[in-house]
Amino acid sequence: MSLDRLQSCFERCKAESRAALVGYLTAGDPNPATSEKLLHVLAKSADIIEIGMPFSDPMADGPSIQAASERSLAAGTKMHDVFHLCLSVRKARPEAGIVLMGYANVAYAMGYEHFAEQAALAGADGVLIVDIPPEESGDFDAALKAHALHSIRLVAPTSSVQRRELAAKTASGFIYYVSLTGITGAEMGAVSDIRTQVDSLHNQSGLPICVGFGIKTVEQARSVAAFADGVVIGSHFVSCIAEHAGNESAMLAALDKTCAAMRAAMGNGSKP
Amino acid sequence: MNKDFRMYDMEIRHAPDAGGHFDRFGGKYAAETLMGPLAELEAAFYASWEDESFQAERLRLLQQYVGRPTPLYHAEHLSRAIGGAQIILKREDLTHTGAHKINNTIGQGLLAQRMGKKRVIAETGAGQHGVATATVAAMFDMQCDVYMGREDMRRQAPNVFRMELLGARVIPVDCGSGTLKDALNEALRDWVASCETTFYIIGTVAGPHPYPLMVRQYHAVIGQEARAQCLEQFGRLPDVAMACVGGGSNAMGLLHPLRDDDIRLVAVEAAGHGLDGDEHAASMLAGRPGILHGNLTYLLEDAEGQIKGTHSISAGLDYPGVGPELAAMYEAGRLELDSATDDQALEAFSRLAHTEGILPALESSHALAAAMRMAADMSPDEMILVNLSGRGDKDLDTVMQVFGKDAKAAAGGAA
Ligand SMILES: Cc1ncc(COP(=O)(O)O)c(C=O)c1O
Repeated sequence: MSLDRLQSCFERCKAESRAALVGYLTAGDPNPATSEKLLHVLAKSADIIEIGMPFSDPMADGPSIQAASERSLAAGTKMHDVFHLCLSVRKARPEAGIVLMGYANVAYAMGYEHFAEQAALAGADGVLIVDIPPEESGDFDAALKAHALHSIRLVAPTSSVQRRELAAKTASGFIYYVSLTGITGAEMGAVSDIRTQVDSLHNQSGLPICVGFGIKTVEQARSVAAFADGVVIGSHFVSCIAEHAGNESAMLAALDKTCAAMRAAMGNGSKP
Repeated sequence: MNKDFRMYDMEIRHAPDAGGHFDRFGGKYAAETLMGPLAELEAAFYASWEDESFQAERLRLLQQYVGRPTPLYHAEHLSRAIGGAQIILKREDLTHTGAHKINNTIGQGLLAQRMGKKRVIAETGAGQHGVATATVAAMFDMQCDVYMGREDMRRQAPNVFRMELLGARVIPVDCGSGTLKDALNEALRDWVASCETTFYIIGTVAGPHPYPLMVRQYHAVIGQEARAQCLEQFGRLPDVAMACVGGGSNAMGLLHPLRDDDIRLVAVEAAGHGLDGDEHAASMLAGRPGILHGNLTYLLEDAEGQIKGTHSISAGLDYPGVGPELAAMYEAGRLELDSATDDQALEAFSRLAHTEGILPALESSHALAAAMRMAADMSPDEMILVNLSGRGDKDLDTVMQVFGKDAKAAAGGAA
């Protein structure tokens, strides 16, 4: 039952006294075939896999993930490839959490209902659309709910108390706390500030809190894993693809290594 | 209020719903980080709109700095040459900086001041909005960064230099197609990171709520003046009102104040090399509803919702979307659509130069081309009001490339 799979992921990690590793890659980057191998490598280490749906105009993303979308679309990736990749990961990792992440127009163009149906068939557990805030999410959330998919919400440093409450009320699965005021891949904010925010979110909502945007080093990941339920790594993983462009085996090896390092930083057995 | 300001209507008519929706269009499809700053902006906008001293200062600047009211000019020679309806031009080309864009930047610039922001950013296509933003930033002593597509910097080089002379920094945008939509993406990325200190001056009636409403209100002076001037100069209202549409700010500025009158309203989209191919920017004629840049509206996109590249000879119309209120007016049957190709716009450019001694912006030339075509089938006692949204000086490079350096051929070829 997919509604519970994300919850079990967090429970499993909690039982192991560690934070969940939430790893992001853009589907189809650098092409659908290599992307499948990369996602499988990611899925070895990550507890929750975020599969980015490429979009021509990724307004909330920095250069690294923008380039990933561009590479993916240039390689001809379509939504049926995205769903195929998702299903492939699902088959390899029946117990992993899988979240589809992207921009509104891709889902809108399919029709929210058809999109949700396909996402559920592909084995996704939840969906996070960057530019559908709670105010615009009525129809979209209804479609997700009809297919037992979680609607993941973002909370940002600029979110007011009322907006945090709104997110807590309308989110399911987990809350994604954006660790910086800015786009993906920028510099992470001060850990102490993030901790204060995550602590207060924990008081507001029973949902797990994952922290992401800008976490690039093992040290940063470790410091955030000490208090968050999950740590999201995106641009840093994606950068393995650009760094080893044209050399698939080097790309896979680099991703494997960095994923394992980040997984180790989740604080195995050390989380209070 | 000063009696010179009596032609301006301060009522907000045809407001969107509380979430910024015009029927099913518009809204606030923005990243969570921006939702707080957008709410703050909305509150500041409404408070300033009710504040008489803010409005008096805005109107004073529009009058003394921008040069409003702009004239309404009966293009008699052009009309006679066509032999149909009378063509009346609203001369936004005569504003300070040479395009309607400054009506909006004065408003948003004052609002930025009121909100205590020390830095403004903008996106620009033709460079007119960038110049208008750099202009108010200079006047109000605010730091100014303008995002502009690499391709647009090339074809609107004089405007890049103008912005720099005014003290702004022009930041080239290489991602995507290097045109207006990409500049907007980059400006949004900047704003997501800088929203606490920076005011984002969007240049058209697009973006998340409250931008479409706010920009429309700042440009409504165009139509309000034109309406009063028509009654005064001709004793009647026009039969048709027309404007070109990039994002739709000059169109909403002219058409919004006329929408409750019995006047046909026409928006003219850029047909580029023709509507049958992909090389155009006609988002309502050839697109479908989708979500981009914070609002739901008509977009040029492929079957998967990926935004398509666009083409227009005029950088200011080279945008794959349109303001959500125009989309709503179109669906409600209150707005008619027409289009003009690159060639038709160039021909209209030459024709106006030749018959009236006015060099229009290539954007405005699209509206003019459609108006000339329509006028030919109408009677001489009918009237078409056209928004001449800007002057053509910025386009001389482009026009020179097309016609060669032989200006006589340009004028003669079209006559
Ligand atoms: C003179 C002129 N007219 C029209 C436009 C198109 O914009 P809008 O549709 O918002 O009026 C521009 C944009 O740069 C412009 O410079």
